[in-house]
Amino acid sequence: MHKYVSQIHRCFRCGYCKFPTDYSSFNCPSYRRFRFDSYSTGGRLWLIYAWLKGEIEWSEHFAEILYTCTTCKNCTEQCPMKFAPDIVDWIVGARSDMVEKGKIPPRVARFFEAVYGYGNPFKQLRSDRAAWANSTKKYAPGDEYLLYVGCLGSYDENGQKMARCLVDILNASGVSFGILGEEEECCGNEIYMLGETGLFQNLMDKNTQKFKELGVSNVITLCPHGYNTMKNLYPASGGSFKVYHYTQILNDLLGKNRMKPSRAKARVTYHDPCFLGRYNNIYDEPRQILQSIPGIELVEMERNRRDAFCCGGGSGNFVTDLLAGSADSPARIRAREAYETGADTLAVACPSCLTMLTDAVKAENLDGKLAIKDISQILRELLPAR
Amino acid sequence: MTTPSALYDSLVKIVGKDFVSDRKEERYFYARDGGLMPPHEPDFVVMPKTTEEVQEIVKLANRDKVPIVPVGAGLALTGLVIPQRGGIVLDMKRMDRILEVNEKARYVVVEAGVTQGILKSHLQKHHPRLRHSIPDSPPVATVVANAVIHGQGRLSQQHGFNSDMVSGLEVVLPTGELCRIGSCSVSSYWFSKGAPLPDLSGLFLGWFGTTGVITKLGLKLYPCKKMRDVMVFLTDKAELIPDIMLKLSHTEMIEDVVVSAAPLPLRFRGTFWVMTYITGDSDEELEFKRKMVWDALWEYFENRDVGFLSVSPDMKPPLMSMPSKDTSRFADVSKGGGFQYAGPITPVEKYPAFIKKLEEVAAKYNVFYASTTRLIGAGHCMMFSFSFSFNRANADEMARAKKALDECSKFALDEGGVLWKADVYEQKLLMDKMDPNTLALMKKIKQLLDPNGIMNPGNWEVK
Repeated sequence: MHKYVSQIHRCFRCGYCKFPTDYSSFNCPSYRRFRFDSYSTGGRLWLIYAWLKGEIEWSEHFAEILYTCTTCKNCTEQCPMKFAPDIVDWIVGARSDMVEKGKIPPRVARFFEAVYGYGNPFKQLRSDRAAWANSTKKYAPGDEYLLYVGCLGSYDENGQKMARCLVDILNASGVSFGILGEEEECCGNEIYMLGETGLFQNLMDKNTQKFKELGVSNVITLCPHGYNTMKNLYPASGGSFKVYHYTQILNDLLGKNRMKPSRAKARVTYHDPCFLGRYNNIYDEPRQILQSIPGIELVEMERNRRDAFCCGGGSGNFVTDLLAGSADSPARIRAREAYETGADTLAVACPSCLTMLTDAVKAENLDGKLAIKDISQILRELLPAR
Repeated sequence: MTTPSALYDSLVKIVGKDFVSDRKEERYFYARDGGLMPPHEPDFVVMPKTTEEVQEIVKLANRDKVPIVPVGAGLALTGLVIPQRGGIVLDMKRMDRILEVNEKARYVVVEAGVTQGILKSHLQKHHPRLRHSIPDSPPVATVVANAVIHGQGRLSQQHGFNSDMVSGLEVVLPTGELCRIGSCSVSSYWFSKGAPLPDLSGLFLGWFGTTGVITKLGLKLYPCKKMRDVMVFLTDKAELIPDIMLKLSHTEMIEDVVVSAAPLPLRFRGTFWVMTYITGDSDEELEFKRKMVWDALWEYFENRDVGFLSVSPDMKPPLMSMPSKDTSRFADVSKGGGFQYAGPITPVEKYPAFIKKLEEVAAKYNVFYASTTRLIGAGHCMMFSFSFSFNRANADEMARAKKALDECSKFALDEGGVLWKADVYEQKLLMDKMDPNTLALMKKIKQLLDPNGIMNPGNWEVK
């Protein structure tokens, strides 16, 4: 990660990172929100280099510039340089140095403190981690899948709804699975992206150890953030299980006719979560689920798939909210974009996106005009009541 | 004299606190560009949204004699928007509306912050039969800034400098008045920047923001054919390039002619790539143009002086892309994020001498080089780039690149070229060589328009 120190000066600040592929608008969420070039990827990289060289001092403003990056990876997609795949690592590396020096924005510090103290960023009690779960079965050796719901699925009202819907669907489809309940730990994806490498290692080790003890070989994640970290970072810690995002599983179940949703009547647009799309190239499965539901008309937003505009929730911003407070906040822009398609429903596949966009719809006075639903919710509503 | 904090408060009152910064981070970033000019920090970075806000800011700056520098994307690479005397940097990119596309009169009216990329995308989506002359600068470059520096683009072979394609201006004068230039000054149409009126656009185009702040710009649009292709010819004889360019231009069938030369990758060292772009509305039209191109260069093929490169499927997209990402990639050749070029505008006959000089200078200073040359007008001139890539983490390499650039600029001037988007030192070279009466006229114009010398001071400064 720390190779950024010797490489970061390579950014030419050409600005391709600000755009989607067709240049139709600005696609860097923090640049779009604040508009000073300092908030673009090029701005950040030049400021980090200046900081390394001692040309600028640390300041709270500098730290905020660094932490308003949602690590959405649009820059990586668009940067024409060979180092493009390393950009997010460079930003995370600089954050990591800030963490080591104890110089981070207060909201980020509070995020860490909450995870240190409570095992989740919401300061909720561990004993309440499974409060959403009703009588959902706990994972036991022999179960085919561990359903990992994550912090948002455990504590956030919207995430809990998602988790309950997914559990219902899996049960109805006869999937063999269980949850960890109070024993579940934070996945650490946001902790990693925010640069707290020590805490991340600790969380990763705990989860990996727990999975090993239980003999877990297949994990379904509710959240793309958890999917990303378990699929791409955990193997370094000896994690040898297979990881699936729930949309992959549901798409497979639909393909095998293990559930039959009833007819819907909806015009739906789908928002690609960054950690599912750009990070893991999962674009088709969520769309295939929606398209397999009779009566759903799927319409695309102008920016979709690898060009999707981030909701602004990544890198812990669904809690730290450093991009909020404006009609130019990414989630509000995305909500307007979804509404402009003529869709009545904005489908998501991520509890972070669900929360960000639900709030944005309220702020945009689109309540009653645009429903925000997770794919698990859409599907659950079309299956028989249990 | 207004104190900095009072000025800050006044600016906040005009544009809102979210769009004014006197913080170190913004001052650091806007103090420099990707080239080699020394940085200089502004005191404030301000992002206006409307022409009225620009007027208020300019009036304030003029009253308090505070320097003011309008900025697009800061991609000239020659430090043209580095605020040499501090003051206010006006980042225009919030003025980002495409106000009108007149399909029948083939022009677009944009605000000053509209980027090349967004205009391209807008035309493709809403007016697919029209296009503008897209430069090779990154898509974040603004349409206005490109016109102000007399940029070139994909249609320059046919229609001249991109500034020749301007069809009207709205300008905030340095004293705060709002002024319209061209047909839009007497009509609701933006079809001409001058004719049949006195052409006042020359008071602003090429002046690098030293005579006013352009807030709106009309730009001519041209037919966008359904198909486009590139033919690549190779030669190792630099002396043939001028004739090749003229012969291609003579066909009057070519969209764009670009000649590229670079020592890397090694297999291309010593080979000049002549990239010839053609367009058509049908296969027949395209095929006819291909034949015309072949015919134009046939004697060179027969003599085995020129070869045809069959472009593989993986090579084609980068060659066809507009803008070309390869232009920016040159900055990473030395793995160091730095790139600057001297781009003299010069007769095409100078190509062999210029390429020889480029190779000599690159060897002398041990720097990475490349050259991209674009034919402008029907062979009236070309932009020849002496391009050097450097590592920003290597001060010695930067110093060598700067020396190489300076030597190339002086050479180009001596050879009768005129330096394009000249940095402040090159501007001095130009003015030293300029006819004294021309220089005096420039001085009178500047004093008349900007009596307090607030606009981008340090640039085009006639002593």
